[in-house]
Amino acid sequence: MSTANGDAAAESATPLVRVDDVHTYYGKSHILHGVSLTVGRGEVVGLLGRNGVGKSTTLKTIMGLVQPSRGTVAFGGNAITGLPPHKLARMGIGYVPEDRRIFRLLTVMENLRTGLDRAGVGEDKRKALLDKVFAYFPVLAERRSQAGGTLSGGEQQMLAIARAMMLEPRIILLDEPTEGLMPRMVSQIGQIIEALHDEGIAILLVEQNVPLTLQASKRVYIMEKGLVRHHCAASEIDVNDAVIKQYLGV
Amino acid sequence: MTTAPLDKAMPLGKVRLSHTATFWIVFGIVMAALIVAPLVLPPFWRGFLTEILIWGLLAMSSDLLIGYTGMVSFGHSAFFGLGMYGAAAALIVVSPPNLWLAVLFGLFGAAAAAAFVAYFSTRLRDIYFAITTLIFSQIFYVIIFTWTSVTGGENGLIFDQPHFTIPFLVNVPFNSTTMHWFVLAVVTASYLILRRITRSPFGMVLQSIRENEARTRAIGYPVERYKIVSVMLSGLFAGLAGVLYAVQKEFAAPDFVYFLTSGEAVIYNVMGGIGTLVGPIVGAGFFQLLRQLLSQWFGDQFPYLIPLGIIFVAIIIFLPQGLLGFARRWLNR
Amino acid sequence: MGAIVEFLHSIPIDLLIIQTVNGIVTGMILALVASGLTLIFGIMDVVNFAHGELFMLGAYMGVIAFAVTGNFWLALVLAALIIGLFGAALQIVTLRPLIGRDPLNTILATFGVSLVLQNYALWQFGPVARKMSEPIGAEFTLFYLQYPWYRIVIAVLSGAIIGALWLFLKFSKFGVWIRATTQDRVMAQAMGIPVPLVYTGVFALGAAMAAASGVLFAPFGGVDSSMGLQWVLEAFIVVVVGGMGNLAGSIVAAIFISLLEAYAAVWLNPSQAVIVSFVVLILTLLFRPTGLFATPK
Repeated sequence: MSTANGDAAAESATPLVRVDDVHTYYGKSHILHGVSLTVGRGEVVGLLGRNGVGKSTTLKTIMGLVQPSRGTVAFGGNAITGLPPHKLARMGIGYVPEDRRIFRLLTVMENLRTGLDRAGVGEDKRKALLDKVFAYFPVLAERRSQAGGTLSGGEQQMLAIARAMMLEPRIILLDEPTEGLMPRMVSQIGQIIEALHDEGIAILLVEQNVPLTLQASKRVYIMEKGLVRHHCAASEIDVNDAVIKQYLGV
Repeated sequence: MTTAPLDKAMPLGKVRLSHTATFWIVFGIVMAALIVAPLVLPPFWRGFLTEILIWGLLAMSSDLLIGYTGMVSFGHSAFFGLGMYGAAAALIVVSPPNLWLAVLFGLFGAAAAAAFVAYFSTRLRDIYFAITTLIFSQIFYVIIFTWTSVTGGENGLIFDQPHFTIPFLVNVPFNSTTMHWFVLAVVTASYLILRRITRSPFGMVLQSIRENEARTRAIGYPVERYKIVSVMLSGLFAGLAGVLYAVQKEFAAPDFVYFLTSGEAVIYNVMGGIGTLVGPIVGAGFFQLLRQLLSQWFGDQFPYLIPLGIIFVAIIIFLPQGLLGFARRWLNR
Repeated sequence: MGAIVEFLHSIPIDLLIIQTVNGIVTGMILALVASGLTLIFGIMDVVNFAHGELFMLGAYMGVIAFAVTGNFWLALVLAALIIGLFGAALQIVTLRPLIGRDPLNTILATFGVSLVLQNYALWQFGPVARKMSEPIGAEFTLFYLQYPWYRIVIAVLSGAIIGALWLFLKFSKFGVWIRATTQDRVMAQAMGIPVPLVYTGVFALGAAMAAASGVLFAPFGGVDSSMGLQWVLEAFIVVVVGGMGNLAGSIVAAIFISLLEAYAAVWLNPSQAVIVSFVVLILTLLFRPTGLFATPK
């Protein structure tokens, strides 16, 4: 799938992911009040907003980790609301959660295997995927027999992304990848996102880091109190924009 | 709510009773039925009904732990058994056999077992507690089974039924009807006491422990103390059931200390509806009735626990509120 | 001084050695039963009360399969397979609907299942114990006894099965799935691991192990419908003493407890020897509630 499409082409084709008027509750708390957004094939889309507005919940709803009480989610044109997460992972949705959640007691290699050991992956494909991911993240190759819990924060973030890549996803849901990382690593994350984009993988990026998001994304959504309040192309605004100050300002 | 015009008499169907009123009316009806029952039932069913009440008491005591405090215990057979053997001891050792002494000894025995279990209940949660209580039941079982010289071992103990005595006033032997009334009185009193307890501030704390123990502790309640009291109360009432059983049946046997008795108490509890106090009695009745019917239709050897066990599992999966909960929802339609 | 010497002389050393061997043999079977139990608990957080009944039904299946095929080892495999599948069916019907509910419910449900299975066996097979002949008749001389080689074989085989389980968990694809699911069920799902299937598989595995222990034990002790109960209680004690979910711990605990019981049996009668395990449990709960042999994490 070509990644050099113009805006027009991306908007007229069926979006890869379509979230339509989704309401999600945690117990009695009404978190999402009717969220709607789309991600086109191969597109990098940013999702900005303050803490607690429901950005992570939106990702979790797409991934099937929470069920919406109303609204639909579609992937590649097919309705996926209500499907269990493991099916969605197999269908090509990768998920990199906040706080990474790598399997701490499994080795780096075993972490990767959780995504790698599936039907349809022959020896050659296996080797190719591993080689690719180790090329991206050489430090993981070094530490492949070490337990995940012994890795540093930045290394764990890389492992979390690498693990998702093992699924050969069409889209990766990235939840606050730069949280808790040193500034040096933030630009590395930016490079990784770009590399993934070059491969044709779509990305829905939830972030608090506005400059990174604006630089990496084609379009951004801004959420407040469980709803999308603003939607525009990333090129149309910058860090000092009134909109940014309004919804993300301190 | 519109008020009916005052010149028309209000039809009874439109009267809305308060919760308490409904409760006492239903309670009154049920009590009346239970009092009259032995007068109209044939002897076998009289004794059967009395037994249901006793098992109901045992299940109620178990409900205090499971339904209200959230602690699954398989230790009730120990409380029940020690109540039974304690009463037996009094009835054998003291002559003429004295009813109240039997009650005293039985409660004492049960309290001792309860203290033992209570100690561990404060250190263990959930599953560990459940397994430990089960093993304790078995410890008591092995002790009673093998200490033949004192407990009669496998054969148990047989003794005479005491008279119903009020010092200086009454001294009459029981017959199956008066025995039924005596048991009914004890069980009803126990029910009312337990009901009072569960509705008191103490009871509220227990339920809060069931809902979220960590939070209850964080608020500042001495959770351990509450748990100990809960176990002691539960043990006492279970022991009381054991005393009643010994007095009614005139024998004590190790079978009742086998953990299966605890298991059955839990089954009655779950079938009837945990956390309701009445549910366990209903569950006991349902279980025993079904068992009796099955053995009458298919013969004594019929493995009644197979269909009953399946029903039990089905209720857990499909009717987690028990039969009572199901009836309640059905009535509230 | 003389009294001490006399006491030392009176200790039946040969009897103790024989009991050591017996203790290790029973211990290995107990370890196998307990491994299945701790596997199911560690991975699914389910206390499987019905485990003893799976052991018992495995033994009965073994007896039947042996009668049909005439080959003990074939009967062992068949029994394990059949009960394994039965365990999977059981989990799907009774435990899957309870996932996410209060763990109280699974304890009660498996308890109910154990009642049904035990009474079914009693009804179907009757109260008379079945005997199964040992597949290896040869014996060797241990002091004044003719000790059957078969018992040594059971111990070794049990150890082998546990070892195979460990290798399976450590290296195979399903082993990775199982360990990932145990650590983080949600992320395991997000990685495409079919968690409901993993749970069913683990339960089936535990059931198969219980069944295998039953068949191995059958020539040793006979088969009757109440054997499950005794074993599951001991297995629970082993699991608690060894540390819930700790495979190595349960093995050590199993042998430890069996040895103590075997020694106690020299002086006490068998039904009283069982008190030893109770005592060990109480001491563990008092002083090291996370398990005597648990490795601190």
